[in-house]
Amino acid sequence: MDGVHDMGGMDGFGKVEPEPNEPAFHAPWEGRVLAMQRAMGYAGAWHIDSSRFAQEQLPPQVYLTASYYQRWALGLEKNLIDRGFAGADEIATGHALRPGKPMARKLTPDAVGGLTRGSFYRQAQGPARFKPGDKVRTRNIHPATHTRLPRYARARVGVVELVHGCHAFPDTVAIDKGDDPQWLYTVVFDGRELWGADTDPSLTVSIDAFEPYLEPA
Amino acid sequence: MADHDHDHHHHEHGSELSETQLRVRALETVLTEKGYIDPAALDVIVETYETKVGPRNGARVVAKAWSDPAFKAALLKDASAAVRTLGHESRVGDHLVAVENTPAQHNMIVCTLCSCYPWEMLGLPPVWYKSAPYRSRAVKDPRGVLADFGITLPKETQIRVWDSTAETRFLVLPMRPAGTDGWSEERLTELVTRDSMIGTGMPKRPEEIG
Repeated sequence: MDGVHDMGGMDGFGKVEPEPNEPAFHAPWEGRVLAMQRAMGYAGAWHIDSSRFAQEQLPPQVYLTASYYQRWALGLEKNLIDRGFAGADEIATGHALRPGKPMARKLTPDAVGGLTRGSFYRQAQGPARFKPGDKVRTRNIHPATHTRLPRYARARVGVVELVHGCHAFPDTVAIDKGDDPQWLYTVVFDGRELWGADTDPSLTVSIDAFEPYLEPA
Repeated sequence: MADHDHDHHHHEHGSELSETQLRVRALETVLTEKGYIDPAALDVIVETYETKVGPRNGARVVAKAWSDPAFKAALLKDASAAVRTLGHESRVGDHLVAVENTPAQHNMIVCTLCSCYPWEMLGLPPVWYKSAPYRSRAVKDPRGVLADFGITLPKETQIRVWDSTAETRFLVLPMRPAGTDGWSEERLTELVTRDSMIGTGMPKRPEEIG
């Protein structure tokens, strides 16, 4: 979706302000939100792309003013309610009013140490269409749902640099339409192709693009 | 000065923060009562990110690559596989990619669409990495962003920005500082900063660590 989350190239947000000696969490609730999200993911409640999509659907003014972990909390609530894991009434009262849905598994303290990031590799459905060095054009797509092709890199010509194998496709995973495995490429663009002739000629920018985002150029 | 700002911030947003805190606590109670989560497991996750996973992991990988040419070659070819050979305490998953800074090319990592970051190597991302100013400007004006970090690169240095738009995670392999010949891996590790592995900073110089 063409939301405010898709920030690449926007002006007016001001300077980047690093914080010296930044703590892992700025308040205890931040850690709890992160951990709840991970525990629900482990339980098989929904995929990470559905978490991203839930945050993208927050009203723009909320997305822009909430902190990172506030966005996580709001996205978590949205997925819990939309997917029937908890009711808005339960979250409002702070207690379960009905039994929970059965889950695939439950994260225990002992299991946390062995957790690794899940793999996104999937069995290829066919050979890769592109190889390193191929010139490609990104498609001019504007799906109303989740996509990982940023606006600034649509309808632009670039060169395939890396082939990362075949991966679960976020555009379908996020809306519960399955993995639909797709080849994934690093595609590099000259800065001037993205931002115009006046751009610093020393700039190149790459995105990781799933095959459906690309056509031969 | 920083402490003062910090206090001020908390004072100003105190009621708003406690509202979030109460809401998050309510959420945790609901999920626990419904049988989805075990609060003790949440404690372990929080503790892991507060005490175990951090930039030190990435720094060890970088120092190893500076010291061992075969490891460096393996890292640049398949970073996930190379890091696994180190028996790292934070087990690395698939899809890690290491990109090498050279005198000709400086690499910088961003996620414009959310805040994708190599947690296993660097821990949780800092607030600035997740902020609108960084996410919006990194792909369009990386030299301006570098200036915010006090970094100026030669005009002729190519700048490559990697936007983490998929599940690939990028780690910058910074250039080994001059004057470190014969240093042990352990000592080299001290030079590797978090920001040097994101591409918004440089490693420390030998004289900075004494």
